[in-house]
Amino acid sequence: MLELGTDELAKYPFLEGAGKFLKDKGFPLSQFGTDPDLKSVVDKAYHRLKVSTKGGIYKSEIIGGEASDSVREKEIFSFLLAIVLIKLSGMHTLIKRFALAEARRAENHLEKDLGKASDKSKIDLAIRIIYDLFNIEVIKEDEFFKISVSDYLKHSIDFHEREWKLINRHVENGKVLLTPDKTVRLIRKELGNYIISKITNAPTPPMISGLEDIVNELTSIGKELTPSYVVTTGENPPCIKHAIEILEKGENLPHSGRFMLATFLLSKGQSVQQIAPLFKNAPDYNERVTLYQLNHLAGTSGSGTQYSCPSCEKLKTQSLCFATSECDNIINPLQFGRKKK
Amino acid sequence: MQEADIQFLENSFKKYYFDHFDLIKVPERTFEREFGYQKFNSGMTRHIAIKNDKELHLLLIQNTPSDVYCSNAYYTFPNLPMNEKDWKEADLIFDIDAKDLNLSCRESHTISICNECNQVSKNLTQCTKCNSTKLEKKSLPCKNCIDGSKKEVSKLTQVLVDDLAITEDNIQVYFSGNEGFHVYVYNSQFQEIGSRERSELTDYISLRGAIPETFGMKKFKPQRESFPDFDEKGWRGRFAKQVFGSKSKRSKIITELLADGYQSFQKTLDDVSENIGVKIDPNVTMDIHRIFRLPGSINSKSGLTKIYCEDLTKFDPYTEASFLNDDPVDVLVNCPIEFKLKNKKFGPYINEKVTVPTFAAAYMICKKLGTLA
Repeated sequence: MLELGTDELAKYPFLEGAGKFLKDKGFPLSQFGTDPDLKSVVDKAYHRLKVSTKGGIYKSEIIGGEASDSVREKEIFSFLLAIVLIKLSGMHTLIKRFALAEARRAENHLEKDLGKASDKSKIDLAIRIIYDLFNIEVIKEDEFFKISVSDYLKHSIDFHEREWKLINRHVENGKVLLTPDKTVRLIRKELGNYIISKITNAPTPPMISGLEDIVNELTSIGKELTPSYVVTTGENPPCIKHAIEILEKGENLPHSGRFMLATFLLSKGQSVQQIAPLFKNAPDYNERVTLYQLNHLAGTSGSGTQYSCPSCEKLKTQSLCFATSECDNIINPLQFGRKKK
Repeated sequence: MQEADIQFLENSFKKYYFDHFDLIKVPERTFEREFGYQKFNSGMTRHIAIKNDKELHLLLIQNTPSDVYCSNAYYTFPNLPMNEKDWKEADLIFDIDAKDLNLSCRESHTISICNECNQVSKNLTQCTKCNSTKLEKKSLPCKNCIDGSKKEVSKLTQVLVDDLAITEDNIQVYFSGNEGFHVYVYNSQFQEIGSRERSELTDYISLRGAIPETFGMKKFKPQRESFPDFDEKGWRGRFAKQVFGSKSKRSKIITELLADGYQSFQKTLDDVSENIGVKIDPNVTMDIHRIFRLPGSINSKSGLTKIYCEDLTKFDPYTEASFLNDDPVDVLVNCPIEFKLKNKKFGPYINEKVTVPTFAAAYMICKKLGTLA
């Protein structure tokens, strides 16, 4: 494990060691509710949380890297206290937002550290953090950071912007070459997940007297943020319409297309008996085989696994996507027509 | 397929399996693989574990399968149901098929068989006898198809070696037994990646999903310096060679590209992708639970063997992958296209009874163009 100073802990307070730091300083949690000297830490923790609920990133006072020990301590304490406040509020939606915002903040620091051509120790530390937390080996070469294509794929696979597709990256000798900002962007989500798991696994302390009002306020913010979804149209997305058209014309829909259509309709609640007739026009239609395969997809036969509708990305690869503007950047056909209330 | 034809093919296949055990070997790490097979007119039997060559040979002789398969994946328990197998890793596999190459020769050697009345014709949209549109297409691939597929294999190998740092001794190429090639990659950094990652890798290899920015074109204020140069590695270098042709033309073509604008560049990119992207079947590569045709086994779509290609350039499937015997057989055939096997020409035959060697009879029966007389 890394040996970290207050400088690093202030930047990356989610690392092992920050909790120990608090213990070493000897503050019991209850003191934060009553001690006027610690009020500024409580305010900072609340501010940190509040900014994250609005989708923003909290601006710390150590932006330039230069800060006094007391400023750094406040940074570390406010982070830890923010977690305590979330736990006390019991609102899960806050965890995700806070973790993502903190991940973005840490990302800024990592990016700066990686980009510091003159300070090798800072670069090495950033590389070590990436390796320790996410098991990605990063090698610095000239102004680029190289990571193996397989690591790149594992970590970029949930990115939907086209620039993150491997084809749009500089690939050489089995490695992807990235700039510092892209290197850290690659681990943003995992950094977020890492922080989420840290918060989720942290114990919930008993209510701290003096902090009730803040906690209540956070609970009501959390409630407001819980989204509700409504389906605005019952229309099928263009890929599904296209597949149905092909079948209606009696033309051949490839296996992958049939898989998409069947899993889509099953997810929409249609039964195997309702779906089977759609395939009647297929050139190689066989009722027995169709029912067997549909039951298999529905999970009523075979291993019991219920298959889900492939993502838009996968359908693009299979040339089954016929996106229109109405698709509105959805990532799975099932989301078509769904709007946030 | 009729019972007599099945009997004939089973006997021929059985003899092949008996005589050619040397060609059929279990892959490495055998006990971690899942095996499966099909019999004629029957479903798939899979989730089979096999320990060694002997067990495999026994399975072949006892069951005379029409097709035999083996997983590219490694499991702790290959014989258990899929979600209990405990997937460990999988070799990277690629399928290159002549039918996906949009070759111009295709139409001249593709025929349709009507699902309703079994009429064989060269009309690929509608049955000439009963007007049904439920047609099964069969192709008897020509030399051009095989050469086209070989070209794709070379392109694939180049990307694997140059861009993805795979060593040539970890790449193995097999003739699929029908219309193309199967390529295996062993011991690579990709052994443990999942299905979605493999799908992304196929997009890279096929040059699919590229944006103009990757090749130097921006929506606003594009700059000449950002365009690729000939000595660059990866797709940018290949793009430069394809689009600029020669160094002397580079400057002029960049000026044209800039003048035509962003939208037009995307079209250029699509054309380039069609021309130099490697045409692989993405569904095969992204499937990490597939059982893939076993090397050395017969492909029941043709009666030819899936065989290792030692020297791809010289490889001729119609002499090197045809292993069934020469015993003469009488068959009723409707095969309007000429084909060549073991250096002998056959056909075209229009609804006639002919006496041909077993390997040619099996080829036509497998293609559903003939039946025992």
